[in-house]
Amino acid sequence: MSFSWAGAIAQATELVLAVLLAPLLLGWVNQCRAWLQGKGGPGVLLPYRVLRKLLVKDAIVAHGASPLFRVVPYVLFGAMCMAAAIVPTLGTDLPYAPAADAIALVGILALARVALALAAMDIGTAFGSLGARREMLIGFLAEPALLMVLFTAALISQTTSLATAVETLSQRELAIYPSLAFAGVAFTMVSLAENARIPVDNPATHLELTMIHEAMVLEYSGRHLALVEWAAALKLFVYSCIGIALFFPFGIARGGEALGLLYALPALVAKLAIGGALLALIETVSAKMRIFRAPEFLGTAFMLAVLALLVHTFLEAA
Amino acid sequence: MSALLTPALVGQIINLFAAVLLLVSFAMLAQRRILSLIDLFAAQGLVLALSTAFVAWATGQTHLYWSAGLTLALKVLLVPWILHRLIRRLQVKWDVETLINIPTTMLVGLVLVILAFNLAQPVSELAGTVTRGTLGIALASVLLAFLMMITRSKAVPQLIGFLAMENSLFFAATAATYGMPMVVELGIALDVLVGVVILGVFFFQIRERFDSLDIHHLEQLKEE
Amino acid sequence: MSWEILAVLAIPLAGGALLALVGDRRWAPEANVALSIGTFVAAGTLTARVVRTGPFLAFREQFFVDPLNVFLVALTAFVALTTAMFSRPYMRVEEDHGRITPGRLRLYHSMYQLFVFTMLLVLLTNNMGIVWVATEAATLTTVLLISLYRTPASLEAAWKYFILCGVGIAQALFGTILLYMAAQKILGGGIEALLWTHLAGVRSQLEPTVLSIAFVFLLVGYGTKVGLVPLHNWLPDAHAEGPTPVSAVLSGLLLNVALYALVRCKVLADGALGTPFAGQLMMGFGIASVVTAAFFLLRQRDIKRLFAYSSIEHMGLITFAFGMGGPVASFAGLLHMTVHSLTKSAIFFAVGHAVQKTGTQVMADIRGLARVSPTVGWGLMIGTIAILGLPPFGVFASEFLILTSAMRQQPWATPLLLVALGVGFAAVFRQIQPMVFGDPEGRFAPVQLPYRPALAPVFVHYALVLSLGLYVPPYLADWYREAARLIG
Repeated sequence: MSFSWAGAIAQATELVLAVLLAPLLLGWVNQCRAWLQGKGGPGVLLPYRVLRKLLVKDAIVAHGASPLFRVVPYVLFGAMCMAAAIVPTLGTDLPYAPAADAIALVGILALARVALALAAMDIGTAFGSLGARREMLIGFLAEPALLMVLFTAALISQTTSLATAVETLSQRELAIYPSLAFAGVAFTMVSLAENARIPVDNPATHLELTMIHEAMVLEYSGRHLALVEWAAALKLFVYSCIGIALFFPFGIARGGEALGLLYALPALVAKLAIGGALLALIETVSAKMRIFRAPEFLGTAFMLAVLALLVHTFLEAA
Repeated sequence: MSALLTPALVGQIINLFAAVLLLVSFAMLAQRRILSLIDLFAAQGLVLALSTAFVAWATGQTHLYWSAGLTLALKVLLVPWILHRLIRRLQVKWDVETLINIPTTMLVGLVLVILAFNLAQPVSELAGTVTRGTLGIALASVLLAFLMMITRSKAVPQLIGFLAMENSLFFAATAATYGMPMVVELGIALDVLVGVVILGVFFFQIRERFDSLDIHHLEQLKEE
Repeated sequence: MSWEILAVLAIPLAGGALLALVGDRRWAPEANVALSIGTFVAAGTLTARVVRTGPFLAFREQFFVDPLNVFLVALTAFVALTTAMFSRPYMRVEEDHGRITPGRLRLYHSMYQLFVFTMLLVLLTNNMGIVWVATEAATLTTVLLISLYRTPASLEAAWKYFILCGVGIAQALFGTILLYMAAQKILGGGIEALLWTHLAGVRSQLEPTVLSIAFVFLLVGYGTKVGLVPLHNWLPDAHAEGPTPVSAVLSGLLLNVALYALVRCKVLADGALGTPFAGQLMMGFGIASVVTAAFFLLRQRDIKRLFAYSSIEHMGLITFAFGMGGPVASFAGLLHMTVHSLTKSAIFFAVGHAVQKTGTQVMADIRGLARVSPTVGWGLMIGTIAILGLPPFGVFASEFLILTSAMRQQPWATPLLLVALGVGFAAVFRQIQPMVFGDPEGRFAPVQLPYRPALAPVFVHYALVLSLGLYVPPYLADWYREAARLIG
């Protein structure tokens, strides 16, 4: 494991950037959505104001809550930070690179999901269990799809280490890989499901019929809720960065070139801005699906991801 | 102009067309609504026509331009128009019911794709065209169209599945042999057109008799 | 330049177009017969030419006539003629009974001629792609014929027919594409690579893997139209629900033509592979058809379905014979094609009249035909005896030859065939015997028909089959042997 100062700086910068920028991304998506719907919108800084408001409030914990309930927000936030550290957003020479396996990433995301589901069931309210069950249903289907997408990228770059994969992908000459196109579409569908966006889940609803993510965090308040919300924003950020790293890796600094890092930052911001706007567009033109259709939706994503794999194996590696 | 294209790029663009064709075939498999199904069928025809025209341009086989034009006229414009008119007059607009649910259908479709790729592997090595890698995809599309036919319970989607099968076979012909001789292609086009017209008439007969185009009405004849 | 080929093809095509306009007039059935006579005469002159001067190509090699297909052309034209003669009063009675309208009669007549055209095209063309196009066209022309009566059952039968045959034929298209692909490497691009004569010339150089896969697809595709098990599902329904003349031409002609296409492909596959793979596949499907059909025969209640399964059985037998290969088996196969075609169509003529007289197709309800209308009753009886392979009819001769070659070349198959043929015999005879010789019952008693049935075709066919059973004229035998040699 080679330790370079540039790499360490890049790593720290990435982590801090992720934590700081994630609410901004969330705010930007919501703002775009409001603009697309013809409304004025609450401004891109709303999530920051929400976080500040929550942090100063008291955290109320229910009577029957176990220590798990209090610990989970920290676990969640920590897992998301670790995920953010693994995904190469600015540069590819990260100290974590050897451990930054695609499979480990999926594992960390799974850990986060399980922790939240357990916490939701901890109190014993109906909404919590409802949300947990639905979340597990989505996760059960989304995880294989995500794995398949990552495997496709891994097959193309001959390694599961994300940093190396991104480096390989950003270095190849302009070529048309249909498998990556399929994988991209599959990844978009999986991200929509995992981040609780329309058409899978409405992040603004509190109706019993339609909640998934919101149902799980219903019992949290104060700093716990702040951490949970921040973790959700981080999750969106992480997914966006994975997508950018795999499918649009132009601009990511190779190795630890300091100059490259300076160039990478505006590139990242620009790509995130475009990605956020597109997400808002998708949310605006789609309607939320019935929860029974969610397996179909994710099944389609899984199938697309497998198709990407097959197409790569048979068409491009031949 | 053709010198612009390196062989690698040509191969990649053709692969792209093939991949989009496969995607459209899967989309048809997963589609619930008949109107969207017809539009997807037209899209499939368009992809076909474009890929044929591209192969014509890249390899200098000018007869393929006629092929592409024929496909465009018939499968992108004429047949979907006939189908739309048919649907309007039959007043058929409901969702397609499937015999097995959609995720299972997709999984079976995936298995078929793997099967088709394996089957076509030895054959595509022997073809002499630049597009031979896509023979597996063509065969996969054929099998997917076939799957669509047998998992639908209404008459119109079964017809579309049949037409999609012809489309995929046409793509296989382009992939393996730079298309069939013109006279054969004209014959096939004529068959397709006549088939659609005849079936249109036939659907009216079914509708007249059963007041519905549900295939379940047509399952009474069984062995005793 | 061959005006005989032109005539053979142009007459039915023009006839179809003509009858599309005037097929509902009073004289339309006679026009149909006249056109069929014209086709038959043209076929006769074509045959004479081939007998005189040998095989030849025409129209820039797009058409090819050799002993194998010319005898089928003659047979097709002949059976089309006799069926047209049979259908003349038959369809008039149907119209009288109200089962069809004049508009549908127009459709019937024009589709009939077009169907004959497509079959002759399959037989005469040299281009494997056109073989496919014409077979598909034959399917299309008959779809609307099967649903002519517009009953729910006939609609279902026509739908099944279209879907199953359409899907099957699509497989044949893929096989043709693969064939073209293999041929292109030797013969270059362009239309020569699809011409059968060229392909046969270079068949030992064609790529074996591609040809074996292509043959499988072609077997599945054309085999569906031959009615080989397990692709036979459309056949019983199509025969039972369509008008009787359609059942007659389906059984008597279409199955033959599809088998012809298959045999042409087999020649290519054998040459390319050098192994008996193609033949073994055909034998397998053939035996499966014979055995399965025999057991299905036991359970039939409807007379047309009964004879439809009998067709499956016989086509399975012929496929088996061609699969075996060798001069005797191929000769027997060709002979069997002829006699089966003649006998089965004649049986359907008789059945058609029996059904018209009694108004039902259920066998348990038909009794005492020989008493009330001796010609129909005896027609049915003689036909049954003939098709079941009793001497001295031709079917016995060909079945005997097939069985003896099987004993010599493929002994494992002989007990299966014997059992299946025996079961089939019992099944059919058991049903037909009371129908012809029982007491005419009350409700479904045979009645007189408003138009006198044309039963001459029935007995003409039987006479031919009888004569072929007793004595095959030497020129005919030579002709068969020549054709058998072409099959290999």
